[in-house]
Amino acid sequence: MTRMSADLVVIGGGVTGAGVARDAAMRGFRTILVERADIAQGTSGRFHGLLHSGARYVVADPRSAMECAEESAILRRIQAEAIEDTGGYFVQFAGDDPDYADRWVESARAIGLPFEEIDVAELLRREPRVNPSAQRAMHVADGSVDGWRLAWGAVDSAKAYGAKVLSYLEVCGIEVTDGQASAVRCRDRRTDAEVVIDTGFVINAAGPWAGRIAALAGCGEVEVVPGRGVMLAVGHRLVHSTVNRLAVPGDGDLIVPAHTVSIIGTTDVRADDPDQLWIPRVEVQQMLDAGERLVPGFRQARIVHAWAGARPLVKDARASGTDTRHLSRGMVILDHASRDGVRGLLTVIGGKLTTYRLMAKGLVDLMCEQLGDPRPCTTDTEPVPGSESGHTHQVSQRLRDRENDRLTEQLLCECELVTRRMFTDALHENPDASLDDLRRQLRLGMGSCQGGFCSTRAAAVACAEGERSAAEASDALRLFLSNRWLGLWPILQGDQLRQAVLDNWIISGTLDAEHLPVASSGSRR
Amino acid sequence: MDDLLGLVGHAEARASLDHCLKCTICETQCPVAAVTPLFPGPKYVGPQAERFRADGSVDHSVDYCSGCGTCTLSCPQGVKIAELNSQARAAMKADHMTVRDRIITQTIAMGKLMTPVAPLANAALRVRPLRVAVEATLGIHRDAPMPKATSQTFMAWFRKRPVPSAPAPRGPVVFFHGCAGGYFEVETSKMTVEVLEHLGYRVVVPEQGCCGLAQQSNGLFEQATAAVLALCDRLRSAGSDLPIISSSGSCTGMLKHEAREIMGVSSEALRDVGLRIRDTMEFLRELHEANALDTSFRRQDTTVVYHAPCQLKGQAMGLPAIDVLSLIPGVTIVESEVACCGMAGTYGLKKEKHAVAQAVGEPLFTLIRDAAPELVLCDTETCRWQIREATGLPVEHPISLVHRAYGLSATRARRADPGAPSGA
Repeated sequence: MTRMSADLVVIGGGVTGAGVARDAAMRGFRTILVERADIAQGTSGRFHGLLHSGARYVVADPRSAMECAEESAILRRIQAEAIEDTGGYFVQFAGDDPDYADRWVESARAIGLPFEEIDVAELLRREPRVNPSAQRAMHVADGSVDGWRLAWGAVDSAKAYGAKVLSYLEVCGIEVTDGQASAVRCRDRRTDAEVVIDTGFVINAAGPWAGRIAALAGCGEVEVVPGRGVMLAVGHRLVHSTVNRLAVPGDGDLIVPAHTVSIIGTTDVRADDPDQLWIPRVEVQQMLDAGERLVPGFRQARIVHAWAGARPLVKDARASGTDTRHLSRGMVILDHASRDGVRGLLTVIGGKLTTYRLMAKGLVDLMCEQLGDPRPCTTDTEPVPGSESGHTHQVSQRLRDRENDRLTEQLLCECELVTRRMFTDALHENPDASLDDLRRQLRLGMGSCQGGFCSTRAAAVACAEGERSAAEASDALRLFLSNRWLGLWPILQGDQLRQAVLDNWIISGTLDAEHLPVASSGSRR
Repeated sequence: MDDLLGLVGHAEARASLDHCLKCTICETQCPVAAVTPLFPGPKYVGPQAERFRADGSVDHSVDYCSGCGTCTLSCPQGVKIAELNSQARAAMKADHMTVRDRIITQTIAMGKLMTPVAPLANAALRVRPLRVAVEATLGIHRDAPMPKATSQTFMAWFRKRPVPSAPAPRGPVVFFHGCAGGYFEVETSKMTVEVLEHLGYRVVVPEQGCCGLAQQSNGLFEQATAAVLALCDRLRSAGSDLPIISSSGSCTGMLKHEAREIMGVSSEALRDVGLRIRDTMEFLRELHEANALDTSFRRQDTTVVYHAPCQLKGQAMGLPAIDVLSLIPGVTIVESEVACCGMAGTYGLKKEKHAVAQAVGEPLFTLIRDAAPELVLCDTETCRWQIREATGLPVEHPISLVHRAYGLSATRARRADPGAPSGA
């Protein structure tokens, strides 16, 4: 057993937890973050990639809209590397209620949200693939954000301020001594080793899993409803700005250009278990139809991957049935001192990725208040490591980089232009990372061929670099491909079906990957 | 987004990148990637790089694509690879078009300038210090093959020659000579007209201009589009529904598919001309397939090397020259089976590309030198200049062997020199 101590233990390595860890560490608290899987492997990495300008909420929730506008501007300053300044359009199409557009304009003006109405002809010149039935178009400051880069930026910043960030550590108990949270017991999912962290404060940021964590401290009845959202990625950018329907927010009314792909999202159906998020074919079809309305020909484009994320929403008596959209989208903080008589434990649920920094600030402010130790928040002024230049990401960045090193660097992932050096640097820095963990940092295997060509190269390089035995590399390959497969089988059609067949010929036919030796230790990475 | 990337042709080519399965067949067929690491290869600069392109151009290595189109032809999935590359190059060069690339696309101006002073111009092009100076100032390589000017343009010949007295039972066809066929490769144009007339056609030659291909391949889409549309109007003015015949293999490709697929030109005039235009050898093969080709060829005991140019293969019509030449008794045809001679229009003229172009063409040159044929045949003009320069052998359009086998060359020789023996 390993024993550690901290002023604060943050449970959950999504963007909220990472933000809390950063905020607390910057205020000088000794902070440890524990995550049962990889950073941002859950909800924070399973969304459509939209950095909200606030435009989506101007009619229904002006306060949320203003928060998004302010926070997205802050994130552009402090986490530029994770953000692409794509801009966006809210477009009223034929058949959409014209009154809504008028109300939208009125509300946007009332709260001072920056927008510019442009001619439909100009919209179609800038975005030729958008449905020409467009009636009105508003240009807004939407962006595209990489949830993994966002969380990792906060993690790297937290570490720079002395925080420890421990992934693959699953919380299996929260000790409460005399009505005060006093320690967090964890199990290392790779080694089965037990880790106990003595602490004076715990912030539960486990998202859809927050109810389970609260129960470990004896705080029952925290009911979190996972709202399952299905999203699809198209193999290239159909649009270079976000395109939203200028209508009452609904399913699949949004396309986001995220890195090299475009993402359509999302559905919203109540799920029972955030660990069991199915991707029903009917929802895939629903998204294809939705895409077709925004971009004619969408169904002919190549869908490369599907995924489902779980929105963590607190059950509210006002909502009923399976429609979770009407639940509150704001964040809820449960103070377990007043609620359950457990001091030093806060649970946070809900909120938006765009406003994660503000949520983290609110939580740490509350902790300071309860500790009677007010310290000011400084997270809005200082860029995280890697974003010091203030230059936002551009989709062409990697092509530019490869133009400079193409004569000396070997490409591992051709679709996403990942070099051998990028891979080995990341691997040496995180020697225990699975190929899937490295994927989230590098985009390895996230392009058109979905790892068909790069996965074997990556596994072989891990072996050649001495980080994996041959059998461990084979295990890593199989695990990676089986994870990719989860997002492939629901969308197998057209070009991606052809790709899957070719990949299968290579992986199973030529390499016979299923029958390569298995590592005796039962590798989990 | 840049206007250029908003063009229709780009939207179509970009959508086609979805079909890429990374199979790498294009990379194995690319003649440029095979000889230089400076070009990252068609899969890389095509469907892969395109996913990263938005505003502005960051990958100047795409300019090493010669535009030969072998990748598009060999892609089993239908990715418009060469088209994507041409479009990316146009976007890349939009801000910094060189004087050289503007000049070498002015094919008519070059012809008009050189024809009246042909001997002088030809001599000047052989003056070493002058070529060195041209290379230094303009970037046209000192050893790059140059067209040979003739003292009489095709149009002047066509107007001044005696009106054909033979009947034309098969009616009119339109002849499109192209810039090179008008000013430099004039013999090819003359022979084409004489063969068509021999077959019973009345050849109509409307006033015409440039198809814009050189401008297109150098990224000057606006000018190229204007040129090709003007040309279409002129060709159509000669009569509707008439076949249009051309011995300029690359210009034919421009009208058939490149203007539409690369530049997104979508006019009815282009569609009409594109459907009616035939490469000369393609036209003869169609006649033969309809049992309408005079096959009373005179025996020609000769071995020729035939090189099908890349821009002809891109028209996806097989190798009509081989089909037609095979009808001539005694002819042994050695097909080069080489993707490209390296010239690819104007690519091989450029100082920074010349060595690459020579390396691309080397397998072809070696094959020709080893075969040591009496004659090399190739359907496009700049390829003929390239092969002539590299091998020192006579290189002609396939129509010249047809012309000879119909006895038309002998007829012409007799006309020029009544004392000469017949049947040469």
